[in-house]
Amino acid sequence: MSEGGWAMKVAGGESHEQDLIRRVQNGERDKFYELVKPYERRVYSAAYAILRNPADAEEVAQEAILKAFANLRQFRAESRFSTWLIQIAVNEARMRRRKDHPEIMQPIGEYQDEEGLYTPRDFADWREIPSEALERSEVRKMLLEALASLGAKYREVFVLRDIQHMSIEEVADALGISQASVKTRLLRARLMLRDLLAPRVASNWFSRVPFEKGNKPWS
Amino acid sequence: MVVVNCEQVWQEISNYIDDEIDPSVRSAMDEHLRQCQRCTAVLEGTRNLVQLYGDERLFDVPMGYSWRMQRRLAGNMPSRRGFLGWAFATAALVVVGGAIAIEKSRPDPAESMKSAHAQLGNVPATLAVIITDHGKLFHVQGCPFLKDNDNPHETTAGAAMKDGYVPCVRCLGEYVSTLAGNLSKRMFRVQA
Repeated sequence: MSEGGWAMKVAGGESHEQDLIRRVQNGERDKFYELVKPYERRVYSAAYAILRNPADAEEVAQEAILKAFANLRQFRAESRFSTWLIQIAVNEARMRRRKDHPEIMQPIGEYQDEEGLYTPRDFADWREIPSEALERSEVRKMLLEALASLGAKYREVFVLRDIQHMSIEEVADALGISQASVKTRLLRARLMLRDLLAPRVASNWFSRVPFEKGNKPWS
Repeated sequence: MVVVNCEQVWQEISNYIDDEIDPSVRSAMDEHLRQCQRCTAVLEGTRNLVQLYGDERLFDVPMGYSWRMQRRLAGNMPSRRGFLGWAFATAALVVVGGAIAIEKSRPDPAESMKSAHAQLGNVPATLAVIITDHGKLFHVQGCPFLKDNDNPHETTAGAAMKDGYVPCVRCLGEYVSTLAGNLSKRMFRVQA
């Protein structure tokens, strides 16, 4: 879909969404699920990316949706409803992580320092993975494993920006950090992920896996 | 004219992808990238992964997630039913109660039909399921009985059943009850 088409869809969707928000705020509780349904998948993926566990992610997603319902009167139209909702999910997931796993807060060793120059470790020519490859579970698994190995502060920024498609400003607001920090962490997160994935992609990592067509999961 | 080296390109690659840089820096980077294979490899790989992670197909939502979400919401939102609502609900209860009474008056089905697996006969043949090298059960993704070292692989429920597999009571039981729940909800909506 072209960007223009996407923007029109969003613009068209927003008025219906605002109408639903108003109706729920005025007491039509049964309209709430219709309001959140388009985002329930995103709420789950945000929670999953932070918690890395399907059961916890689902529970947190439910808690976040319930919290959104309880606090809908506080929602102000100056921010996007989806951003507000995802922000609640992220906060819930972070609280859950702090409660359940206080020991896994630190980012992986050498990337702990946010300052200083980052040098990509792997310069291998990346063999492009087409989007259709995501249909294959081993490709999804590889991407999710790489994401899960990032430290929390990089993963959170990456999840909000590149998976939830929030703007730099929205990510900064959601996480309570500066826009400059968002950009720095995003750069690190993206380059770290590339470092993790490039050797697998470039060195025919998938050849260990028997595929129906050829030796590449996306062929 | 602005000139950038490899290190400067790496520091700006993310902003370059997001178009968050000054046009003069972008031009300098374009010039550098035309001549530098290493930086081009880093840029293309990074851009590709941004595209891949941005695709919503990356995350599998667990089976029954939407239904459980609706159920949780419904449980936390007591409906404010008026007189007519109660009247319809009572009428629906009478209809369902009558149906149960009729059902109970029938002779018991054969004993074998009472097994948990027999209750799962309604699993759609096209449903994507997982089978393993261990045992003859098929599961849905995320079932706690599935283990990675059992070599799990995907097929359809129809194909699995044809090969003699039977549905896992735990995961597919939940799936079938989810379907049943949706059906009964639809029935109530029609009657109300």
